[in-house]
Amino acid sequence: MYIFYDFVSGPLTWIAFLLFFGGCLYRIVSMLILVNKKEKFIFSYMSWRYSLRSIAHWIIPFATVNWRLHPILTVVTFAFHICLLVTPIFLLSHVILWDEAFSISWWTLPDGLADVMTVIVILGAIYFLVRRLTQAEVKYVTSASDYIILAIVAAPFVTGFLAYHQWFAYPLMMCLHVLAGNIMIAAIPFTRLSHMILSPFTRAYMGSEFGGIRHARDW
Amino acid sequence: MAEPSEKEKNGVVDEGIDVGVSRLTEEKIQEVINHVIDAETGARLKTYVDTCIHCGLCSEACHYYLSHDNDPEYSPVGKVKQTIWEMLKKKGRVGPEFIRRAAIIAHTQCNLCKRCAQYCPFGIDIAYLMLVVRRIIHKLGVTPLYIQDTAHSHSVTMNQMWVKGDEWPDTLQWQEEEAQAEIPDLRIPLEKEGADIMYSVIAPEPKFQAQLIYQTAVIMNVAGINWTMPASVGWDNSDMAMYTGDNEIMGRVKRAHFETAERLKVKKIVMGECGHAFRSVYDMGNRWLGWAMPPFTIVHAIEFYYDLIKEGRIKIKKKFEPPVTLHDPCNVVRGGGLHEKSRYVANALCETLIEMIPNREHNYCCCAGGGVINTGPPFKMTRIEGNKVKAEQLFGAKAKGAEVLIAPCHNCHSGLHDIIHHYEIGLDIKFFGDIIYEVMEKPE
Repeated sequence: MYIFYDFVSGPLTWIAFLLFFGGCLYRIVSMLILVNKKEKFIFSYMSWRYSLRSIAHWIIPFATVNWRLHPILTVVTFAFHICLLVTPIFLLSHVILWDEAFSISWWTLPDGLADVMTVIVILGAIYFLVRRLTQAEVKYVTSASDYIILAIVAAPFVTGFLAYHQWFAYPLMMCLHVLAGNIMIAAIPFTRLSHMILSPFTRAYMGSEFGGIRHARDW
Repeated sequence: MAEPSEKEKNGVVDEGIDVGVSRLTEEKIQEVINHVIDAETGARLKTYVDTCIHCGLCSEACHYYLSHDNDPEYSPVGKVKQTIWEMLKKKGRVGPEFIRRAAIIAHTQCNLCKRCAQYCPFGIDIAYLMLVVRRIIHKLGVTPLYIQDTAHSHSVTMNQMWVKGDEWPDTLQWQEEEAQAEIPDLRIPLEKEGADIMYSVIAPEPKFQAQLIYQTAVIMNVAGINWTMPASVGWDNSDMAMYTGDNEIMGRVKRAHFETAERLKVKKIVMGECGHAFRSVYDMGNRWLGWAMPPFTIVHAIEFYYDLIKEGRIKIKKKFEPPVTLHDPCNVVRGGGLHEKSRYVANALCETLIEMIPNREHNYCCCAGGGVINTGPPFKMTRIEGNKVKAEQLFGAKAKGAEVLIAPCHNCHSGLHDIIHHYEIGLDIKFFGDIIYEVMEKPE
């Protein structure tokens, strides 16, 4: 078990982070190269002002017509995404690991709050799962990959939650947690989880077209 | 537009599609799909498909989805799934029947109105994806018959309606003479080099709505505008080739239009109340020709009327009395931001404006645009049944007292006419030009 833990938290973590940063860089650079090669005109329409205006509307809950049309989803998706991003970065035990490995540390979340936030991510994942299974318009366009990426995202939080509370098989759960976390990090650039890095670009382009050319709101 | 044919009831959809599909082979399909995807698409297609998280949040943007009781096959992403996703996933290895379905979806179940782009959290441009499908359909020769005929007309005559060379100046002269009965010194100046404005129309105007040219001539004359119309090709600003994915013809037609304005040395082009024509000169055609923005100042009729009223060049004798409601056409509102000017004009002309809900850039589509009405009688019911939600929206406006619907776009006008008739909504439908002609001060 300890050998396995050393492996997942050592070399595998390095690999996961390299894949994440390398993959993100690759996805963004290759996209921009492709734009430059085949759709260069896109650059001539891009506008910082309208890009940021559009992104700002869509990252604020209820700031768009569609967010207001789906109040429950809006609350869930914002809570889910915020907790998903914030919890792992500011979790005390994670920061301790950074401190031990590289002697760097930053502000941390109180453990109780982090626990609640973890539960929010898990409940959010369940909500999205149920939505996929029950809402006709979502179910119709759902494929196996959608369940897989949902599982990839939920797994580190489920295992982390169980490991933190040490309800059973703590060493195993810890190993699984690190493994699941690594899988999630590495999967981001190579699955549709890449919406994390690509959606600001698609939003910015549509915002620029609507703001600069169409003179209409895209929210 | 005629009633749906017996053929449709018998399951025969469209001769353009049926004959086209009968000629397809799997190899040809694969070759064309992969060629279009490799040679003509790039980061947009790839990033849109990779980024879409299959959340379905675009669904409620679509009038087809809403009108079919939330049937997921009609949601924007549902249409993407049934077309381009499969083509990409199978690397073009899809059969003729798949192509038949894709042609019907892309040509008759999407108006390219881009409302869904306002509802997708990531701003994915699904109308663009549907245009890629139409491009593939075009290259496979499976485009619906009626709209293909208009594209042929553009190709042969440089106008949409097979208007022949002599018929065009003839029609203008006819309208000039008609209008001279009202204003004796009225002229429709042809080929006047150095005029301020070149006025262009869509071919259906000389073909069967010549009174619109009459009205414009009166407005131009009363307002004292230094204007002209070309006698040559290039007078038609419409462009159905844009909607069949025949980008080459679209480019030719737009080039003729711009070059005609250049030849006449005018300061700007003013166009009639048409939406898709505006899109073709302001958004799509100019880009195909390499112009980020149109090479000429393009003024849509709404903006032109706004200027005329604002500058006091036309005066209102007595405002239009029946309460009106205003339809916001996608191509000039979501595509050109003319919604506030449109309201200014409506309020200047009419006593009472009653807003339909939703409105402005969130308005529901007419379900005729994007070339859908141009697929003709075989798909008439597709667009009427596909826009029940528009009927409900119009009933709402009527319940608040509206008696007249202003639709400042030809396709919207015709499509809404069918909807009003079918659902028995009982609204009178008008262009801004109709109302201006009616309420403006004219020389006695």
